[in-house]
Amino acid sequence: MPRHKTDTVTASQPRRSGAVESRRSLISILRAYIHNHRKNAAESFHRLVGEPLQSVMTMLVVAIALALPAMLYVGVSSLQQLSGSWDSSAQMTLFLKKGAKDKAIKSLIKQLESNDELAEIHYISPSQALDALQDSAGFGEALTLLDENPLPPVLLVVPIATIEADVPRVEQLVKTLAKQPLVDEVQLDMKWLQRMQQILDIGRQITVLLGGALSLGVLLVVGNTIRLAIENRREEILVVKLVGGTNGFVRRPFLYTGLWYGVFGGVLAWLGVVIAQFWLGTTVTRLAALYQSDFALQGIGLDGMLVLIALGGALGLVGAALAVGRHIAQLEP
Amino acid sequence: MIEFDNVSKRYPDGHEALSQVNFALDAGEMAFLTGHSGAGKSTLLKLIMLMERPSGGQLLVNGKNLSRLHKSQIPYYRRRVGVVFQNHQLLFDRSVFDNVALPMQVSGAQHRDIERRVRAALDKVGLLSKEKLNPVQLSGGEQQRIGIARAVVHTPRILLADEPTGNLDPELSAEIMKLFEDFRNVGVSVLVATHDIALISRMDERVLTLDHGRLSEVASLASA
Repeated sequence: MPRHKTDTVTASQPRRSGAVESRRSLISILRAYIHNHRKNAAESFHRLVGEPLQSVMTMLVVAIALALPAMLYVGVSSLQQLSGSWDSSAQMTLFLKKGAKDKAIKSLIKQLESNDELAEIHYISPSQALDALQDSAGFGEALTLLDENPLPPVLLVVPIATIEADVPRVEQLVKTLAKQPLVDEVQLDMKWLQRMQQILDIGRQITVLLGGALSLGVLLVVGNTIRLAIENRREEILVVKLVGGTNGFVRRPFLYTGLWYGVFGGVLAWLGVVIAQFWLGTTVTRLAALYQSDFALQGIGLDGMLVLIALGGALGLVGAALAVGRHIAQLEP
Repeated sequence: MIEFDNVSKRYPDGHEALSQVNFALDAGEMAFLTGHSGAGKSTLLKLIMLMERPSGGQLLVNGKNLSRLHKSQIPYYRRRVGVVFQNHQLLFDRSVFDNVALPMQVSGAQHRDIERRVRAALDKVGLLSKEKLNPVQLSGGEQQRIGIARAVVHTPRILLADEPTGNLDPELSAEIMKLFEDFRNVGVSVLVATHDIALISRMDERVLTLDHGRLSEVASLASA
């Protein structure tokens, strides 16, 4: 049968193996190990490309599961930033008695200016407030129907104390200011911010909860996909084990497959968030403009992209590891 | 090299595939294992491959008791054994080259070594020119020879073959047996399970015969 000259292997090779094995240095073993990893990574990738529909569907599931909490996170952080810009101030609005005389107001301002507890005082007269209201919010036409200006004179004051640092001091100040005869009502703007803060906390908790639940979903989806892949390559696994492949060797390509699902799912999730931002962004900015705010959705940024990819990769790897750990040990020739 | 000492194998369903089998096969020795189908040939090979564990007696390979081998050590043990399967068990999702390279890839050999040895093994079975083809494109005999190349590429100490000439014509079968003898001549222990009596009787080798799990031996069928 051997049509070629045949004696090249037979005579020399079998006896040499023992010596060759023991002479291998640590570096050459390491190099072979790294080579094997690179080969596995590339082969797993090519397998995914070879089954584009199946791969893209799995990646999309991963992407959606990652994108939802990511979008919620971006929304919450954007609102957080909005409230953060007022964080430290405990600005108060003093609504003065309607029809208060200019002179009385002036003397009140003078009195407040001498108060050491206050850092800033702004006076907004009823007519200024009306002008501002007419310019904004589309109330213009409705306001022309009014016979007289319904707005009270207002003082915006900023205390030295911050609300986080010194709640009793700020509250004491509110009480003192409320006792002024000219003052109708004192409203602490911070109260609203605190409420918003609480709402944001709930939003953050929902993000964590949703993120946790969907991460579990990713683990299961990737795990199941890998389980099917193992079933499909059953014969190959058995042969590899028969020629001396360790469980680790058999596991490796599947772990890389899981990793790729996760990483590309992360990339798609990032793309999804970016597209959603562009789409929602203009609407949000227009809406915010109506309220005199320059609020804009915060971008997910490079950090966000890296986090999504890392998270996706980790989830894919863990999902694959769970499936592989259960199914490959069971497959014995 | 291989030593069966009162080895029995009883399957969980109560069927006794091997009863008190005794034989030894030295390095550089070749033997045929024969018997009717269901006589226990495959079970005996599976014990050596550690696909099954004996339920009685001791099986020593290279002086080591296989029952003391931990599960995690099995892959490393198998790397010193080459197996030619009855249905050759080639993988059709890769080239001939990659099929033959498999035992070296799993042991983490270097790329250069793999190339060199795979080519040598393919040359040995006369199929070097087909290394880039898919095994599907080859004939049954060629596939069987690829299976042999894969079994010897990592220069094992033991070579097992389960019906290696199953579907081959006599001429091709004789060539494959010649290959096995070549490996025997360089110190490999070769054990070939076959029921091809015609083939065995043309060769001057030990013959182990299994009958309902019991082993008997004749020095050679060549004179018969």
